[in-house]
Formats: sequence, structure tokens, C-alpha cells
Amino acid sequence: MPSALVNVPRTARRGDIIEIKTLMSHIMETGYRHTSAGEAVPRDIITSFACRYNGTEIFRADFFPAIAANPYVSFFTVARDSGKFEFEWIGDNGFSATATAAITVG
Amino acid sequence: MRAMQTRRTFLELAGGAALAGAVPIVTIRPLEATPAMLSSAIRNVVGEAPVRTGKVKLEIPPLVENGNTVPMTVSVTSPMTDNDYVKSIHVFNEKNPQPNIGNFYIGLSAGRAQVSTRIRLADSQKVVAIARLSDDTFWSASVDVVVTLAACTEELI
Repeated sequence: MPSALVNVPRTARRGDIIEIKTLMSHIMETGYRHTSAGEAVPRDIITSFACRYNGTEIFRADFFPAIAANPYVSFFTVARDSGKFEFEWIGDNGFSATATAAITVG
Repeated sequence: MRAMQTRRTFLELAGGAALAGAVPIVTIRPLEATPAMLSSAIRNVVGEAPVRTGKVKLEIPPLVENGNTVPMTVSVTSPMTDNDYVKSIHVFNEKNPQPNIGNFYIGLSAGRAQVSTRIRLADSQKVVAIARLSDDTFWSASVDVVVTLAACTEELI
């Protein structure tokens, strides 16, 4: 069961630059490791992450196996309006997870 | 002096032979990216455009105990106005099995061109961050990182 942790300020003044922090539980198996029996462990990673603010995409990332397990990403945006942030992680083997956060802009 | 030259020649030959010997292994299973893979990965992003040094700040510890999770922050000096902002940040490495680490698309709405994440480093190596600005110029910064415990090498039990 994937679990996401997102940190967005609850309130902000219009025009403030705010930091958004996200953490998603995921093994991020690189595909370059082997079992002691010599078999390759297949790749299982999150390949993309996106954040929408009131429906508009404000941030997107492509992940590679060099992103550490339980991917953490933090980035910035300008608080323009009250509303909703939507986060989406997509990965190998049909992995898909979402999260939301609300903000009040005064 | 003459002995030095002979030794140098020998080392060059030995190095060349080792390199030639390593090529077939690399083609079967690339255990580490080569500088050529790094530059081709960068070319895939920037195309033929020149990459200049500056504007980009890559914060990463110079000495890392555990390569499995290395905190990293990339920030770009930019006014983030309508006609001068950062479109994207791309991070590469020299010696992991794959040269790419991540691509981060930020754009005008970010207000501040800064991204943090945690990465894996399979060896002591150079990490390169490249920013694409709104005028499609590319700026870069690189840091040499020493890793004592490498990522990716441990076997599963």
C-alpha cells in the first residue's frame, strides 16, 4: 500500500513563494542488483511525478534508478489562489498513487 | 629520466590494454557509466547548444558515508520573471550504471528555481546539474563527491 506524505503551508499571503515537500514510500529497485543466486532483480521504480495547482501543472519530474528509495522531492511555487494541490506518482508495474493538499491564500 | 619514460610508456600501454579489455564487459552489462555515456546523456538534453558554467548551485556533501541516500539541492540564480526564468533542471552522474539521475521541470510559476531530492551514488564520482533557461541557454555546475559506502553493490540475501 503506497503511502504519501506531502507538506504544503495551510495558509499563505498572495504572491508568497512557498515550499512544497513530498515523500512517497517506494522501494525504487534499480534493476542493477542481483540475488546471491546470481539472478537479476527486475527494475521497479517510480518514473514520473507531477504536481498540479488548481488544475495547472506547476512541477513535473522524471526519476531514474539513481533516485533514492522512498523518493523525496521539494520544490517551490507562488501562492496565487486558494485551492487544491494534486500530486501524482507513476511507476513500473502499473504503480500509481495520488495525494492532495489544500491551501488558503489570503 | 630514460627509465621514467619507459615506465610511463609501459603504464600507458597497460592502461590502454585494460581499457580495451574492459570494453566487451561494458557492452554486455554496463556496470558503470563512462564519461562518454555522461556526455551523450547531456547531449540528449541540450542538443548542440553550448553549456556554460555558472548560475547553477549544486549542494551535495563532498564526503558521503552512505551512497544509498545522498541529499542534494540544486538552485539556479534567476529573477523568475516573464522573460527570464528557469524551464528545467537536469542532474547527471559519471559512474552509476546509468548517467541520468533526474529531470525536474519547474517553469515560471515556481517563483524560485530550486529543487531538493535524495540520490544514489554507486562510487566516488562527479555529479553534474544543468539548468535550461527561458532563452534556451544551458548553465551547469558540477561537484566531485567521495563515497565511502557505495549504493547498488550489496547482494540480496
